[in-house]
Amino acid sequence: MNRHLLSAADLTHDDAVLVLDTARELAAVSGRAVKKLPTLRGRTVVNLFFEDSTRTRISFEAAAKRLSADVINFSAKGSSVSKGESLKDTALTLQAMGADAVVIRHSASGAPHRLAHSGWISAAVVNAGDGTHEHPTQALLDAYTMREHLADGAGDLAGRRVTIVGDVLHSRVARSNVLLLHTLGAHVTLVAPPTLLPVGVATWPCEVSYDLDAPLPASDALMMLRVQRERMDAAFFPSEREYARRYGLDARRAALLPEHAIVMHPGPMNRGMEITAEVADGPRSVIVEQVTNGVSIRMAVLYLLLGGAEPA
Amino acid sequence: MATRVLDEADISRALSRIAHEILEREKGAEHLVLMGIPSRGVPLARRIAERIATIEPGADVPVGALDITMYRDDLRLKPARALEPTVVPPEGIDGRTVVLVDDVLFSGRSVRAALDALSELGRPRAVRLAVLVDRGHREFPIRADHVGKNVPTSLREQVRVRVAELDGLDEVVIGEDA
Repeated sequence: MNRHLLSAADLTHDDAVLVLDTARELAAVSGRAVKKLPTLRGRTVVNLFFEDSTRTRISFEAAAKRLSADVINFSAKGSSVSKGESLKDTALTLQAMGADAVVIRHSASGAPHRLAHSGWISAAVVNAGDGTHEHPTQALLDAYTMREHLADGAGDLAGRRVTIVGDVLHSRVARSNVLLLHTLGAHVTLVAPPTLLPVGVATWPCEVSYDLDAPLPASDALMMLRVQRERMDAAFFPSEREYARRYGLDARRAALLPEHAIVMHPGPMNRGMEITAEVADGPRSVIVEQVTNGVSIRMAVLYLLLGGAEPA
Repeated sequence: MATRVLDEADISRALSRIAHEILEREKGAEHLVLMGIPSRGVPLARRIAERIATIEPGADVPVGALDITMYRDDLRLKPARALEPTVVPPEGIDGRTVVLVDDVLFSGRSVRAALDALSELGRPRAVRLAVLVDRGHREFPIRADHVGKNVPTSLREQVRVRVAELDGLDEVVIGEDA
């Protein structure tokens, strides 16, 4: 593995399977009475969050603590960033405090890359979501969840069909998932209105469709993306009702899926918009499981980056 | 130059003797749990449990696996390693006598890590150690309760245990590049 995890494309097939296998062993720790391993004792993990997040920050914090690392949480609100401190000066502060890993979320695409390659810090950098670019640990936990349900929790996802629906344009989850799922051998179909597809999507290793009903009968996993209204500065679709009608997942559409198919959502959900409450809480939904698996995946990533003299 | 110090029949006899010793010392198979240390300790533990079942009819000793990777003291000296499975038998280990089973006893550091790992899974009544080969050179105050064979070695030599389940044959070889 590379020294940093900045993009899902950094992971080779073997790296990705190693992360998933490691996460599977570490998942057992969460079920024990003593939910702790001594592995990263004395190491410092900084959660550097320039953007709001609930589950990702908590998930990284729980993962680091279960490996006995010291965790420093840094959020832009209430820090010197709101006084105008630059990313560089924040990084130099972290370096001076001896951070071994920095988990960064930033609204600017490429901020983690800048942090990792600027020479400001010597810590390993983990991208926890940068702008509309990437969110590799989300893709890993999604792949883990799919592998548990569709491949008996072993190997890769060769030949599985995954359909990702919704606001691909603003979604870092979609990009990371397409890259990682392709690495793991799955076929990905993106479904979105033309206005919510990024420029250059034709070069991604996936298919693109404007119609949701068509790919459903052949899908093993269906991932609904959140409509990111906070990033929308223009009208991308006529009305929420029309979006929900054409690209939302309701019980009728869910019934078109094969018997074994699972329904996923990276959260937070807009219930009634991209997914109805009935489907989100239904038997095919693995949305809560995704959150649980997130802790195991992040433990695996932190262990593989920090556990040895060099990354695995 | 590698020398074979144990062959298939030797290993078989050693494991039978260890099974007898465990039963004698614990006065039966009740409350026993065998925990193999991956990778080669696990098939050895299974074989000892099979021997116990033939010696004491009706004895069904639970066998588990205990991965010690996350508890090693040399983690930071080598690249991060892949994990092996940890399997705790459904009966658990609380109040039972746990016999740790490993292929080679050397510095004692693996056993130290195993004791740490075990203490986070529960509280055994007692912990014993069974190894197929004791090659000496201890760095910790640790000794085995049951030893298949004591093999005097130099520090330059390597001891390689092969088991049929993983390597296709049973043997123990020793040499500078075994």
